Amino acid sequence: MSSLYGPVVADHFRNPRNRGELSSPDAAHEGLNPLCGDRIRIELRIEAGRIGAARFGGEACMVAIASASLLTGMVQGMPLAEAAALPEAALIEALGAPLRPARTGCATLPIQVLRAALSKARP
Amino acid sequence: MRDVRADFPLLARSAAGGRPLVYLDSAATSQKPRAVLEAMQRFYERSNANVRRGVHFLGEEATAALEDAREAARRFVRGGDVREIVFTRGTTESINLVAQGWAARRLRSGDEIVVTELEHHSNFLPWQRVAHETGAALRIAKLTPRFDADVEPLLGPRTRVVALSHVSNVLGTVLPVARIASAAHARGAAVVVDAAQSAPHLPIDVGALGCDFLAFSGHKALGPTGIGVLWGRRERLEEMEPLLLGGGMVREVLDDRASWLDPPWRFEAGTPPIAEAAGLRAAIEYLESLGIEEIRSHDRALAVAGLSRLAAVPGVELIGPHDAESRIALFSFTVRGAHPHDIAAFLDQRGICVRAGHHCAQPLARRLGIAGTVRASACVYTSPAEFDALAEALDDARREVAR
Repeated sequence: MSSLYGPVVADHFRNPRNRGELSSPDAAHEGLNPLCGDRIRIELRIEAGRIGAARFGGEACMVAIASASLLTGMVQGMPLAEAAALPEAALIEALGAPLRPARTGCATLPIQVLRAALSKARP
Repeated sequence: MRDVRADFPLLARSAAGGRPLVYLDSAATSQKPRAVLEAMQRFYERSNANVRRGVHFLGEEATAALEDAREAARRFVRGGDVREIVFTRGTTESINLVAQGWAARRLRSGDEIVVTELEHHSNFLPWQRVAHETGAALRIAKLTPRFDADVEPLLGPRTRVVALSHVSNVLGTVLPVARIASAAHARGAAVVVDAAQSAPHLPIDVGALGCDFLAFSGHKALGPTGIGVLWGRRERLEEMEPLLLGGGMVREVLDDRASWLDPPWRFEAGTPPIAEAAGLRAAIEYLESLGIEEIRSHDRALAVAGLSRLAAVPGVELIGPHDAESRIALFSFTVRGAHPHDIAAFLDQRGICVRAGHHCAQPLARRLGIAGTVRASACVYTSPAEFDALAEALDDARREVAR
């Protein structure tokens, strides 16, 4: 079950965290992976300059789903500036998946969606 | 057909973990026989020089290498005149040349261009642009339940161009080009055929197809990358303007104007891909030595094998014709509950190379209502046993990566 992309991806794909929607989110964005047309949407609730809640949705490959699940957990409670500056390498490392270079975009799509959502956030 | 695998040096490679390589991505690019590699090496080692201009013996040999390849390409498409063969970088450039050099200069507002829903972006976007630039209407023929396209109902008195694939790069369907071309010509339209996927699987005969232009790429037909062919009917090529201006394509250059050489040289500005032409010629001669009818039989046997193996895997849904007669051995499929890229990554671990995604045909993917497919595609060096390996791995893959 976990041999293809490693245990973290397998776990987050089988049991995605934070999947769903927020009622009236403070910020949201949907992004497209041009490699395959996959879409990931992230919605944020912002409380006192921090991410109070993050939810994701979309149809995508195991890597993108697991990445979105992991990322929405990582940024929970994080100050907005810190979340916006979260490096892609940190997310890729946390996923721990052996990825061909062509698939890196699947892992980093959620972080790009998060940044786009944060840039649209109501102050 | 004899077993040709040993002619392809790359196929001797093993995949990760010493697994045998199963290369089922030939629709993206084919592997190359030793004869092609040697022809290119030989050109650089013995005859390398620029073409047409050199008065020395090497220039003469290089020019002969290019022009012998042109003659080989003429034979390959069964054209009547070697001057109807234009060398390009590939199918994409060939179609863009026709769209911009011929169609964009002739079409007017109210004219109609007909393409099909199953076109590769390279036979879709150039026509979308011509439509935007000229005010012509782009009409898109619908996919039929037989996985070809319903072109004839769209043909009318204002149809000026019909552009379609000989074989779909997603579905594997062989389209009834000859019938459609005949109906298009009855309306006075020109017919442009994207033969990227039919070469080298089917015999190509521009006379029997009845087209005005036909494009294919060297690299999908056992030849090198960087060279392709546009065949154009003589009178159509006479009407076409070059897109690239420069050396080697002019008759006379004055300060304020210039005149062009005749086709095909008019369209080949700059130094052409000479070594690649030598490689393409070797590829064509290799295919001729196998026999194009034998190649078609081999492909049909692979189509039969692929259809039955894939049908036996639970959860696999083939997207394309279910009979071997109206297709080539190129299979797109989905696996229930699994993303195509995850399936492809799993197969990669097993040493099986396939393609996953929308295959540069987003309008078709949208029409089918799917994000993408897995595509397994064969060539002359593919054996039915490789479809056994694919089916076995797919059975494991769906346990691993399906929801």
